[in-house]
Amino acid sequence: MATEEIAGHSVEFDTEGFMVDHTLWNEDIAREIAQKEGIGELTERHFDVLKFMRQEFKEKGDGPSIRALKNRGGIPTRELYELFPGGPAKKAARIAGIKKPTGCV
Amino acid sequence: MKKLVILGGGTAGTIMATRLNDALDSGEWHITVVDQFETHYYQPGFLFIPFGIYSRSDVMKPKRDFIPSGVEVIFSPIEVIEPNENRVKLDNGTILNYDWLIIATGAKVVPGETEGLADQGWFKDIFDFYTIEGASALQRHLKFWEGGRLVINISEMPIKCPVAPLEFAFLADWWFTEQGIRDKVEIDFVTPLPGAFTRPRASSVLGDILQKKNVNLTPDFSIARVDNDRKKIIDWEEKEIDYDLLVTIPVNMGDAVIARSGMGDDLNFVPTDKQTLQSLKYENIFVIGDATNLPSSKAGSVAHFESDILFENFLAAVEDRPMRAAFDGHANCYIESGFGKGILIDFNYDTEPLPGKYPLPGIGPFSLLEETKMNHYGKVMFRWMYWHLLLRGVELPIESQMLMAGKRL
Ligand SMILES: Cc1cc2nc3c(=O)[nH]c(=O)nc-3n(C[C@H](O)[C@H](O)[C@H](O)COP(=O)(O)OP(=O)(O)OC[C@H]3O[C@@H](n4cnc5c(N)ncnc54)[C@H](O)[C@@H]3O)c2cc1C
Repeated sequence: MATEEIAGHSVEFDTEGFMVDHTLWNEDIAREIAQKEGIGELTERHFDVLKFMRQEFKEKGDGPSIRALKNRGGIPTRELYELFPGGPAKKAARIAGIKKPTGCV
Repeated sequence: MKKLVILGGGTAGTIMATRLNDALDSGEWHITVVDQFETHYYQPGFLFIPFGIYSRSDVMKPKRDFIPSGVEVIFSPIEVIEPNENRVKLDNGTILNYDWLIIATGAKVVPGETEGLADQGWFKDIFDFYTIEGASALQRHLKFWEGGRLVINISEMPIKCPVAPLEFAFLADWWFTEQGIRDKVEIDFVTPLPGAFTRPRASSVLGDILQKKNVNLTPDFSIARVDNDRKKIIDWEEKEIDYDLLVTIPVNMGDAVIARSGMGDDLNFVPTDKQTLQSLKYENIFVIGDATNLPSSKAGSVAHFESDILFENFLAAVEDRPMRAAFDGHANCYIESGFGKGILIDFNYDTEPLPGKYPLPGIGPFSLLEETKMNHYGKVMFRWMYWHLLLRGVELPIESQMLMAGKRL
């Protein structure tokens, strides 16, 4: 556990860098985590992914797999890797402020 | 008469048919098992076929031998489940109405999910060993193979028996040594996981063994496609790996009947309560074995431990009593490591594989997370136990709940 000052809020992260309380999330927090994850500026397409992830998390209590993002989120896997290079399911979940999806081990 | 229908007569379906047939009053209950195939395969044995250790006949027996005579068996593909109507339609035209349903349709490999995998190289220089056809074709190919780059690749997690690909690597090292061509073979283990296995302690022990056996480990590789002409597997970030012989573990999915029935997740696994094993959506449906979406290993030992839980909860549910048995995710896997040795791991949802002794604390005879000859005998004995005890629903001398006794933190 670690608490960090992010976009003017103090936000708690678990040992693997996932936000503990997803309700504190906002777009500015996302932008700042994205910088740390080496993703750079977030585009609208990034936010499409993040919003789908948050919605799935709220409905199911678990973040979507890459396959779910493709099948139901309408985000082709190749594009997902371009948007979030180096492990998209984990990185996007961190930036979306949700817990680590059980699908990623 | 109350009707119980069990879909799938594999490991889990057979155990449940046997145990519930003994427990339920035959004057009140009619039990039906449906499966598409008449042959029961001992799938853990598929691992040994490519190396000629087992032959096909060692891993097949008629399903009928294992399903008790009081249970009706129908051999037909299942067309669709209609959970809102409480009925199942079969390809042969039969319509089965049920009061209670147990889904045990398992998981299978779907090579078509990966671009270029099931193309011109399929069964020429690309093989799986998760099917009897793949394992047998690979055995014929290996007999004449003179060496080169052997790439073992897991397409996507989860897969059934997540240790089987590692066992294949260990056995390949042993087998090529026996054939006198180990120096002509480079073995590459390519996985989407960050290490050799899913959990940290086991991952580091197994990773060390790979290294000792001179097997290269490439982690974090999520295959996007196969280039059959240039003999390369390529991941989503355009990383390329050359192969001369590709042994693939294709994407594992639940059966298509689950998708046709609108009952599955993105991999056709049925959303299931991870403790009670009841369907999350339908109260009169239970799910067991590889067909569930549980975050446990997909293994025969897991199906066996789940059967204890499902047995109790089923008997409670049909009498309207509260379901008290809770599955803890217990898995217990013998890992064949070559040269007559093996490793044993024992873990559950919350506890990763730890070192120690099993099943008797301090005594064993099996050693956890350690390579021993005794563990290899455990694996050899498992086939006998499977046919004679496990499938027949006989109580095994091990607990369905994982125990901490005997484990070292
Ligand atoms: C290579 C390999 C090695 C393994 N090693 C081990 C090991 O060492 N230890 C271990 O514990 N486990 C091991 N396993 C895993 C183990 O075999 C499975 O986890 C176990 O068989 C699961 O049982 P199940 O009943 O859920 O599925 P299955 O036994 O696969 O049964 C499913 C049944 O459903 C039927 N079915 C499915 N769809 C339909 C349909 N539409 N219509 C009609 N019938 C249908 C199928 O024909 C099948 O008979 C291994 C598996 C493989 C492939």
